[in-house]
Amino acid sequence: MKELFAILIGAILVENFVLSKFLGICPFLGVSKKTSTALGMSGAVIFVLVMSQAVTWLANEYLLKPNSLEYLQTITFILVIAALVQFVETVLKKLMPPLYKALGVYLPLITTNCAVLGSALIFVERDYTFVEAVVFGFAAGLGFTLALILFSGIRERLETADIPEAFKGMPITLVAASLVSITFIGFAGLIIG
Amino acid sequence: MAERKKPVSVLLNGIIKENPTFRLLLGMCPSLAVTTMARNGLGMGAAATFVLVGSNLVISLIRKIVPDKVRIPAYITVIATFTTIVQLLLAAFFPELNKQLGIYIPLIVVNCIIFARAEMFAQKNGPLLSILDGLGMGAGFTLAITIIGSVREILGAGTWMGIPVTVNLFEPAIMFILPPGGFLVMGFLVALFNKLTDKKEKDPGCETGCNAGCPGCSKAANGGEA
Repeated sequence: MKELFAILIGAILVENFVLSKFLGICPFLGVSKKTSTALGMSGAVIFVLVMSQAVTWLANEYLLKPNSLEYLQTITFILVIAALVQFVETVLKKLMPPLYKALGVYLPLITTNCAVLGSALIFVERDYTFVEAVVFGFAAGLGFTLALILFSGIRERLETADIPEAFKGMPITLVAASLVSITFIGFAGLIIG
Repeated sequence: MAERKKPVSVLLNGIIKENPTFRLLLGMCPSLAVTTMARNGLGMGAAATFVLVGSNLVISLIRKIVPDKVRIPAYITVIATFTTIVQLLLAAFFPELNKQLGIYIPLIVVNCIIFARAEMFAQKNGPLLSILDGLGMGAGFTLAITIIGSVREILGAGTWMGIPVTVNLFEPAIMFILPPGGFLVMGFLVALFNKLTDKKEKDPGCETGCNAGCPGCSKAANGGEA
């Protein structure tokens, strides 16, 4: 239980996916303009991350490992994730239209979100058990949510700020991201090991 | 727009005019994550260039056979294959670099640049031009992340390619090799690049930084507007 808690806090604060591991930067910069879209994207990411962690873990353990095909991990994982996203989209559309309406537009983008493939690669690297891998996926999603929502608040204010011409758009956003990232360094000493 | 392109301009296009990192802002994850040292940037750039050239070549060869509906999974498989090749090559010949770059090597699969070039270029052009496009884009990417890496390494560690350069000049600020430094240097370099190339008119809907070339990001940008 203690380890799971450590994984949870670790992935949310200490090694925040966006701000310290640079995973999922594309959606972080792309959809953080408004808090409402940030929420939608985050919901979809948490959802897919938890499921993909479970499925890729099983694929790795029961398909790749027994046949010593670990070198096919990258291909297998990305195909599993792409198939899963497609599957989730279809199922949601049929069974839960309201949820699909809320998350639908974000789902196709998640295949190319490196946070999803990244966390699958990380659980391999760290040799997580099934439960640990799923908890890690959930926590990574929460960390992504936290960063995205904090940042969307800042960006809403940046819209009206007076900034030099060359910095307009992406550059100032990156500088702001840098400042948010500095605050997250403060958590670095929180967990050892 | 893809008619009759001159090989040389295709090659040069990726380096300055459509520099994937500074101009199109694609493939941000590796640009920020592995650029704590100039050498890592160079290594990452070379690995990505290899995948880019290989996948562009194969995709331009199979573009007429693959039905439109399944082209995305087909492209992903091609890209993942080349990424795996790079991964195994690095593990065999450059174990040190492989360790430094870690999970960011397999993550080349989801690098927007490669997918964007497959969609925008290799799908519409012949093998030779596609190879050149891959080389040009790869060179632009390598150049960009090596610059980012150099700035961060010099300011953050006081070395360049591992050689001490700022011994008596100033105390290195460790912040630059930490994550915030990545964002900061990237922000300033993009601003500088904007200033130098002085492109006043920005494409509508692209202020989010993701060009239409990246299927994931362009939809994300549109989703942001919806």
